[in-house]
Amino acid sequence: MAACSIEDVLAKAEQDEAEKLKSITVQKELDIEFDIGNLVAYDKNRIDIRQFREQKKDDFLRSLARDNTQLLINEIWKHPTERVEEVIVVKLPEPTTALPREKPPPKPRPPTKWEEFAKLKGIQKKKKTNLVWDDVAKNELHRLRNIARAQKIKVPGVGLTPTAQQSTTDLSRAVNVAKVSTASAGKFQDRLPKEKAPRNTGKKRKFQPVIGNFSSEKQRQLDLLKVMDSKKPRLDVNKAVNKQMREDDREESAAKFRKGGKKGRKGGNFSGKGKGKGGGGKGRAGGKGQGPPGGKKGAGKR
Amino acid sequence: MRPLTDDETKTMFEKLSKYIGENIKHLVDRPDGTYCFRLHNDRVYYISETILKLATNISRGKLVSVGTCFGKFTKTIKFRLHITALDFLAPYAKFKVWVKPGQEQSFLYGNHVLKSGLGRITENTNQYQGVVVYSMADVPLGFGVAAKSTQECRRVDPMSIVVFHQADIGEFIRSEDTLT
Repeated sequence: MAACSIEDVLAKAEQDEAEKLKSITVQKELDIEFDIGNLVAYDKNRIDIRQFREQKKDDFLRSLARDNTQLLINEIWKHPTERVEEVIVVKLPEPTTALPREKPPPKPRPPTKWEEFAKLKGIQKKKKTNLVWDDVAKNELHRLRNIARAQKIKVPGVGLTPTAQQSTTDLSRAVNVAKVSTASAGKFQDRLPKEKAPRNTGKKRKFQPVIGNFSSEKQRQLDLLKVMDSKKPRLDVNKAVNKQMREDDREESAAKFRKGGKKGRKGGNFSGKGKGKGGGGKGRAGGKGQGPPGGKKGAGKR
Repeated sequence: MRPLTDDETKTMFEKLSKYIGENIKHLVDRPDGTYCFRLHNDRVYYISETILKLATNISRGKLVSVGTCFGKFTKTIKFRLHITALDFLAPYAKFKVWVKPGQEQSFLYGNHVLKSGLGRITENTNQYQGVVVYSMADVPLGFGVAAKSTQECRRVDPMSIVVFHQADIGEFIRSEDTLT
């Protein structure tokens, strides 16, 4: 009896083990394909129609799904895992299935104005090379500089000496320098019909720094003021005119006073005003004779 | 922002000396601190050294104004004095003109000063001399140019102009945008 029970127990244990294994392993005719990157399994096995019809359809489908999911999970566990914050995580590989486009493909955009122009003119895109060692030109310039230093004369500079390929800026600068290098400093040099006058040929202006030496700046300004003061002419003309007018006024008023007395004073005021105006007119006329030069001088001073 | 060149300094000083004569040296050489003139966007600013050092931390494009704007250089490098310089010109003015209360408003609106509005005028003012215009209460209103010398002022008719208007404090409202 005991032996029976032991055998039974062992058999039962074996059966249990088998069942467990069965639950993990799945037998399939055709191996199913996996795309672990997208977590996808493709099962290409044929479905047994008789079995499908015999069993309950739900059960059949469920067991099929369970088997395939088991296989998928087995496949996932085959990949390397890592632990991230107490969770075991599998590193998924790249997806292998080509997914269709999410958005429509871009329409070809119309060519820009430059592209059209370039096509018309046949201009190709030229890649600018980095600076290259220009043996010939540099050598030439250095050689001339050495000669100049030895003989203590000045170097022509500015693109007149190098013989290698020169850029447009160098050439134009050389042209401008050559134009000015005549006996009359380029004054009588004609220009070609479509040639434009050269601009930006002057030196760059240099200014004092914003926060320079304050005391020296102050001193310079004070010196400038001193020079300005010494150069200012004394205002003789205006003084003379004013003096003349004052004297005229005094004369007129004195004359009126002598003439009229008391009555005359009253009337004298009246006529004095008129006379003063006339006298002023005369004085002004006289002053005016000197006025314009004085006025002009004043305006010029301003 | 840069300091003025010698030519620019000369032009500016000549203009200033028309109003304050030789008192410019009190602007240049002050006992209470180092002040200097700096040029920024064609405008001349009068700033103390401390403010200048702070202003150098602002980029050229973003800097609008520093210190006090004295005036600006026009395209033909003539110096035009602005009303914002009045605070510095008024105490050092050599020739002053006082305007009657009735005519004050007319001057503040930008009109010239007529003989009828003339209250007082400094003796010995020459013709075309730069003058500072005050109200009868000794409040500086602006500056201008004497159209007639003091002597002539005495004998002209009341409707003739005696001071040409150049700048007045009404401009702070009229031309707010262009003053900086």
